[in-house]
Amino acid sequence: MTASAPAVVCRGLRKRYGSVVAVDGLDLEVRAGECFGLLGPNGAGKTTTVEILEGLLRPDEGEVEVLGLRWGADDGALRQRLGIQLQETQLNEKLAVEEIVRLFRSFYRKGPSVSRVLEMVELEPKRRSWVGKLSGGQKQRLAVACALVNDPDLLFLDEPTTGLDPQSRRQLWSLLDRFRARGGTILLTTHYMDEAQALCDRVAIVDHGRVIALGTPRELVASLGAEHVVEFAVEAHAEVSADALAGLAGVMAARVDGGTIQLRVTEPHVVVPALLAELARQGLKLARFAVHQATLEDVFVAHTGRHLRDE
Amino acid sequence: MSRREYPTHPLLELTIARLLEFVREPEAVFWVIVFPLALAFALGIAFRTKGEEPVYAGVVDAAGAAEVRAALAPARGIHVRLLHPDQVDRALRDGDVQVVVVPGTPPTYRFDAARPESALARLAVDGALQRAAGRVDRFTAREQRVEVVGSRYIDWLIPGLLGMNIMGTGMWSIGFSVVWARNRRLLKRLAATPMARRDYLLAQMLARLVFLAVEAGGLLGFAALVFSVPIRGPMAVLVVVVLIGALAFAGLGLLVASRARTIEAASGWMNFSMLPMWVVSGVFFSSAHFPAVMQPFIHALPLTALNDALRAVILDGAAFTAVGGELAILAAWAAGCFVIALKIFRWT
Repeated sequence: MTASAPAVVCRGLRKRYGSVVAVDGLDLEVRAGECFGLLGPNGAGKTTTVEILEGLLRPDEGEVEVLGLRWGADDGALRQRLGIQLQETQLNEKLAVEEIVRLFRSFYRKGPSVSRVLEMVELEPKRRSWVGKLSGGQKQRLAVACALVNDPDLLFLDEPTTGLDPQSRRQLWSLLDRFRARGGTILLTTHYMDEAQALCDRVAIVDHGRVIALGTPRELVASLGAEHVVEFAVEAHAEVSADALAGLAGVMAARVDGGTIQLRVTEPHVVVPALLAELARQGLKLARFAVHQATLEDVFVAHTGRHLRDE
Repeated sequence: MSRREYPTHPLLELTIARLLEFVREPEAVFWVIVFPLALAFALGIAFRTKGEEPVYAGVVDAAGAAEVRAALAPARGIHVRLLHPDQVDRALRDGDVQVVVVPGTPPTYRFDAARPESALARLAVDGALQRAAGRVDRFTAREQRVEVVGSRYIDWLIPGLLGMNIMGTGMWSIGFSVVWARNRRLLKRLAATPMARRDYLLAQMLARLVFLAVEAGGLLGFAALVFSVPIRGPMAVLVVVVLIGALAFAGLGLLVASRARTIEAASGWMNFSMLPMWVVSGVFFSSAHFPAVMQPFIHALPLTALNDALRAVILDGAAFTAVGGELAILAAWAAGCFVIALKIFRWT
């Protein structure tokens, strides 16, 4: 494998569960050394995709190549080079942290010592604690530790920070940064747009089993053609015409979502005074008003008309 | 625990992990080790050789009842109860009395012929009444009671209980641990590593053997101390029989748990596979009672083979050659179940 060869390539991936199509013709290419994110709501097909790439599920259709190898030929050699964290794995609560790490380490030919792994995930002080006594963040770091015992070339993380408090999330992010600094490749799934924005070099936005947008977080946001989003609501029972607002100078797009109106704008300092004047002209009073920098969430909304966490 | 920085062979690490999780679960230790011993104790007490059992006879409270009672009074070992006619059926059903005499000329005996103790009670009561009516015994036979150690029911029962324990604990402990791990997606996580899948299954079986010494030693030691059950065969043969028997049931436990997703489903399959063996494999009564056409199947069952081999070693002092057939059957079950389980095992 040359340095520039992709770490993961898949084409035309399809997977059906009965009548439900989980993955519907998905293409991906993850470059060696990058952190690649699959961003999408729950049920978008992220986990199914990742488990196919991990060799745990067989696709109905499509081709997969991981680190230049294919599943079904030399799985043992491939598994030696992968680090995998699955969603919702519960390790045995009655085993100590170091016992779990030692068990997982025993499956691999090469890799760091147990102490070294525990240092990497900052669990050295907890090495004798039973898994059942760990906090959510510590359990998640232990799950990542189990994925790092072989010093993998490619790390798969499925929703690594779901359910964690902000401090634990940042702790995990910095751990992943250190892994990348050593040249490792990461493929992660998340439904947190801030996580994708903070960690990922490139992001594929996934919905209904397909990639609907692909690029660096910056490119994706830029594709909106607007760097800011103005979001407001007017007092109850008032009708707002989205068309009238879309006509305002500097407004790229407008949409009404329930009681909330969203405007994608390039220059908020020009749009906001005009908007306030227009609302005053229509005799409407504001109930809520906010301006934020456009995010990946806004990209998702622009493509699907739904929010990432609608479910 | 030592600070072992680099692990050894995965099979050893998996076995250690399995042992640690087992001993750290007090409930599991109780159900796998303490409970079977308590059960064996209770059964042993219930079936130990007792003195002569008295006969409980009922007499219906009607004309002539006083005469019947007077006739039964001198007989040794017959307890008499006067019963109102409405109480008769219930007293018989509950076993409060084993036979009921309805006074009359001649008297009527009411009893359940399907109950051995009722048939015996009928004979005892009939004898006493006949003697009271004037029958004379032609002779009084001499009696020789069999209370020789090694020939009592308890001697026969203990190897069967040991076999039953080896079956039950082997299957439950492995079945639960496998289904638990599948349920919590730990199996899937393990399948995502290069771990050899046979190592995981083998580790389950090996870990099982460690506690076997405690379990079998405890039961046999207990039987020797409390009931003076002898162990006549060579210890080496006994150890091999117990080991191979445990492997057979560990394999069967793996097979039964190889696809179940829930503890409930696994429990159902466990009971489904164990129940026939409890009945036909000679735990509480000899499997020879079953029809001849069933015998080849009964003897192919692992519990029958294990019980037969255990009895041969413990009671008859059998050597290796004498239990070769049973050992072959057990080894075939162990290997066959392991291979099939490995093939059909559900990891995700």
